[in-house]
Amino acid sequence: MSRYTSATDADREAMLAAIGAQSVDELFADVPADMALSRPLQLEDGLTEAEVYARLRDLAARNADTESSLCFLGAGMYDHYMPSIVDAITSRSEFLTPYTPYQPEISQGGLQTMFEFQTAMSELTALPLSSAGLYEGPSTVAAAGYLAINATGRRRFVVSGALHPDSRATLETYSRGYPAEIAEVPLSGGVTDAVALAEAVDDGTAAVFLQNPNYLGAIEDIEALAKVAHEHGALVIVSCDPISLGVLRPPGECGADVAVGEGQPLGGRLDYGGPSFGFFCARQEHIRRMPGRISGETTDADGRRGFVLTLQTREQHIRREKATHNICTAQALNALGGMIYLSWLGKQGLVELGELLARRTAYARRRLVELDGVELLHDAPVLREFALRIEAPVERVLAHCGERGVLAGVPLGAGDHPDLGEGSEGILVAITEQRSVEDIERLAVTLEGALAAHGVAGASDAGDAREAGVR
Amino acid sequence: MAAEETYPEDLRYHPEHDWARIDGEEATFGITWYAQEALGEVVFFEPPEVGTTVSKDAAYAEVESVKAVSDVFAPLSGEIIAVNEAAQEEPELINNDPYEGGWMVKVKLSDPAEAEALLDVAAYRELLSD
Amino acid sequence: MSDAPAQAGATAPPSGSCTESPLQRERAVTIYERSVAGRRAAVLPASGVDETPLEELIPPRLLRERSAELPELAEPEIVRHYNRVSRRNFDLDSGFYPLGSCTMKHNPRINERVAALPGYAKLHPATNPALAQGALELMWNLERALSEICGLPYVSLQPSAGSHGELAGLLLTRSYHAANGEQDVRTKVLTPDTAHGTNPASVTMAGYEVVKVATAPDGGVDLDDLRAKADEHTACLMLTNPNTLGLFDSNIGEITAIVREAGGTLYYDGANLNAIMGKVRPGDMGFDIVHVNLHKSFSQPHGGGGPGAGPIAVSERIEPYLPVPRIKRTESGNGAGPRFDLRSDHPASIGRLRGFQGNFGVFVRSYAYILSLGGDGLQEASETAVLNANYLLAKMREGRVGRYLPLAFERTPMHEFVLSGRAARKELGTKTLDIAKRLLDHGMHPPTIYFPLLVDEAMMIEPTETETRESLDGFAEAVESILAEAEEDPEILANAPYTTPVRRLDEVGATRNPVIRQPLS
Repeated sequence: MSRYTSATDADREAMLAAIGAQSVDELFADVPADMALSRPLQLEDGLTEAEVYARLRDLAARNADTESSLCFLGAGMYDHYMPSIVDAITSRSEFLTPYTPYQPEISQGGLQTMFEFQTAMSELTALPLSSAGLYEGPSTVAAAGYLAINATGRRRFVVSGALHPDSRATLETYSRGYPAEIAEVPLSGGVTDAVALAEAVDDGTAAVFLQNPNYLGAIEDIEALAKVAHEHGALVIVSCDPISLGVLRPPGECGADVAVGEGQPLGGRLDYGGPSFGFFCARQEHIRRMPGRISGETTDADGRRGFVLTLQTREQHIRREKATHNICTAQALNALGGMIYLSWLGKQGLVELGELLARRTAYARRRLVELDGVELLHDAPVLREFALRIEAPVERVLAHCGERGVLAGVPLGAGDHPDLGEGSEGILVAITEQRSVEDIERLAVTLEGALAAHGVAGASDAGDAREAGVR
Repeated sequence: MAAEETYPEDLRYHPEHDWARIDGEEATFGITWYAQEALGEVVFFEPPEVGTTVSKDAAYAEVESVKAVSDVFAPLSGEIIAVNEAAQEEPELINNDPYEGGWMVKVKLSDPAEAEALLDVAAYRELLSD
Repeated sequence: MSDAPAQAGATAPPSGSCTESPLQRERAVTIYERSVAGRRAAVLPASGVDETPLEELIPPRLLRERSAELPELAEPEIVRHYNRVSRRNFDLDSGFYPLGSCTMKHNPRINERVAALPGYAKLHPATNPALAQGALELMWNLERALSEICGLPYVSLQPSAGSHGELAGLLLTRSYHAANGEQDVRTKVLTPDTAHGTNPASVTMAGYEVVKVATAPDGGVDLDDLRAKADEHTACLMLTNPNTLGLFDSNIGEITAIVREAGGTLYYDGANLNAIMGKVRPGDMGFDIVHVNLHKSFSQPHGGGGPGAGPIAVSERIEPYLPVPRIKRTESGNGAGPRFDLRSDHPASIGRLRGFQGNFGVFVRSYAYILSLGGDGLQEASETAVLNANYLLAKMREGRVGRYLPLAFERTPMHEFVLSGRAARKELGTKTLDIAKRLLDHGMHPPTIYFPLLVDEAMMIEPTETETRESLDGFAEAVESILAEAEEDPEILANAPYTTPVRRLDEVGATRNPVIRQPLS
């Protein structure tokens, strides 16, 4: 077993002597005897390092990861290539093992990279303020809700029906605490219905929540929707995919007051959902309402340039019950990983990636709707993900594909689009630069085989034959 | 740049380390030398809006240093008729000149008789020495 | 601060001279300042499809006109930049890091190795549970282990950090009282006046009002004050035990009984769990809800401020409200082993606190840690943590340290202890901040300072079990030598540090005129 402690019996004896105690148990004398645990913890005995590795390797082998399967899953997290330098740099102990930079003189590395991160996120979103990062996507949506309540004094949220269901659910959970009420705006043609939004927003609305591209992959006209919200003094909060910001008009230029989102697409591990990071950007007027750590530039006693945590009176450790948020430990290392990825991709690379995704996605969308039993759920413009309606039991279709090593998509159900009935009838398909034209062809053929096997009349047996050929 | 410790004779003091300069039905409020010294270098002051009312002994504004937030209490009740925008722009005025340039608000008093309950300079100095 | 001329003390090199250390001479340069237009690292694959103009795929008014400014560098310069910047950090692998309440214990590298296995690191969160059985089994096993350690039957791994767990606990409390029709009367949450700032901040976010409970002269909860304040309006009591003074409150049975009788729930802030693993369990103390900081007691690296994870363990009466999705384990019955699934069909649940399943990568590391130590190893870890703290305290009772920095509450502490720098300030004119800054010149991370708030000039020291006796001796000696220096000339401390990449920074200027992103043309 591995213990990671150094104390030998001789050490213990000497240390107890220095303390003036007879035994270690004496140091626990304040624990009432009738409360103390009188038996050993019922956990397995400790393992050697090699045994731990073998145990966890065996469990890992029972997961269909994106190396062993062809992954078209998205819905907020995407299988982008993670450049080798991200792991190499974030695993340096100087970044991996310190805590929050409470002592700036010996934390300039962390503080400077936070500052660089804030600059990059501010550039991407075209908003002047960025915090150094929060936990992850959906909880940043809820954090934005708290800012909106504090900024407007209102307690009513209007959310797009195409907000990610996890974001919607998280906002609902938090809103029971704040408290705030939530009204939903339906979709029209795959995007938020502007007419319905105008009806839903009133002078008691604190914020309107949009997502771009939305949950169904459609690109929203944020500017038009924002105008409606602002007429009533509501804030506009946009949850966005950071990869999309290379080519899509940034939220700050569309009237958004706050832009938030999930940072995993920026070269982060999928990690079955976390840890990743959340970003939070806003207009200047919200500087004292921002959640989370913020690094600021300054100088030292000798005039050298340096960085410190700034505007700390917003935070829980000072303002306590009046804090702008309760966050303490965030996900700094993951935010650093995102910054390294953006440095690797660079100014041109992010644009090129966006263009590549748009073209491949358009191709994949065209290819898949050629299949019998597959049609578009909406025909709105998309960037990297699109929604399909499947005329077969979706769970069985996806399972069929999964058994053949293809993770064909995320199932969509009644809550996701007004045209979908009970049960899953649609899928969401995501494309990354790692999914080649050949991969898309394999998906098409596998899906065709699945549709044939699960009851679509007219889907030919040829599908199965071709499927075999591709495999 | 920090001011010398002083407590002007012509002011009335509140035990929460606030002062009032009373001029008939109007008064000017601020925080004392002791308060600014305890807080440290002030980095932010957000005054209330003109037209709002304040109540004696209730917080009407906040001042912040780098690592502390402090409520500012109204020594007297009334309606805000002016706020010190210069102190908002340059919060160091509150440290450097707490009784003149660092004033916070001017108030039209709703009950000038409340002033009876405030401390004179001798009583305030005694409070500080405790 | 910026106005004050740098008064070099006896050991201080004059600024800007040839005695500047290499890291000081290497002024901060951001990656944006190293950027040259046209340079690049990433090479993307060819699309393999028609190069249709973007405007034909997406309406131009939805497209970006001006590209976002991102750094433009080739890979060697990116690597060199971040390596250079990293050297401006102090880290746990380089030296003693006794940051109180943060449990800066060693981060085993086996945990990093297993977390990087593609079966975890490249597992998409929307993968059908049938194809993620290994991940779900790992989560289930971790839930069971935390349940045993906390002495509470049900666990949700979902919260992302301690404060997220606190919010979860308070929302669980809200649902629990709502189910009893008491949501409108139980509006107050009791917290001790020593509480960590996240506690009151979480209380407000959950829509509750904070009521502070006083601390008794022995450092524990003031029972009379608690009795006076626990009533029909009490929703919850939030407590750590050992508390933020490092003291185990031996009245804990009575404390939890008072609140339980008043009808409130009992929340245990697990920030200090590293003191008691295998010794006493929050569930056995009478708590309903516990959050566990996996980045503290369970060795997840702190990452410069996360990631962490804040799983919660709860009692029977709180269980119906746990966040969804929850893991369900089913015996297959055919000898094939159990099946695991993610279920959201819990109608009383508070719902979700975040996306997907939580910080799974952290779960892998902490599970590896629990497997490595085993039950008796965890107990030994806590015992050694307490032994180390008491040994360091014994060392710090000697000489000048004992005189100028006495223990704030004279009792046997657990895994950490709090000294008061009041005497140092009065007699030497030396603030705790100055001592902390001078420790930087000794190559050590200072303790947590100015917390808890009720101790004047507080210094909160948590050595953890992974430190050697020699490193503890070295710390006590460093503080002793610093105080000797302060007796000679307090100015030396007041201007410290001298050897760090930068010296004291102008925080006032940074706050008055915040520059929080690089201005780019």
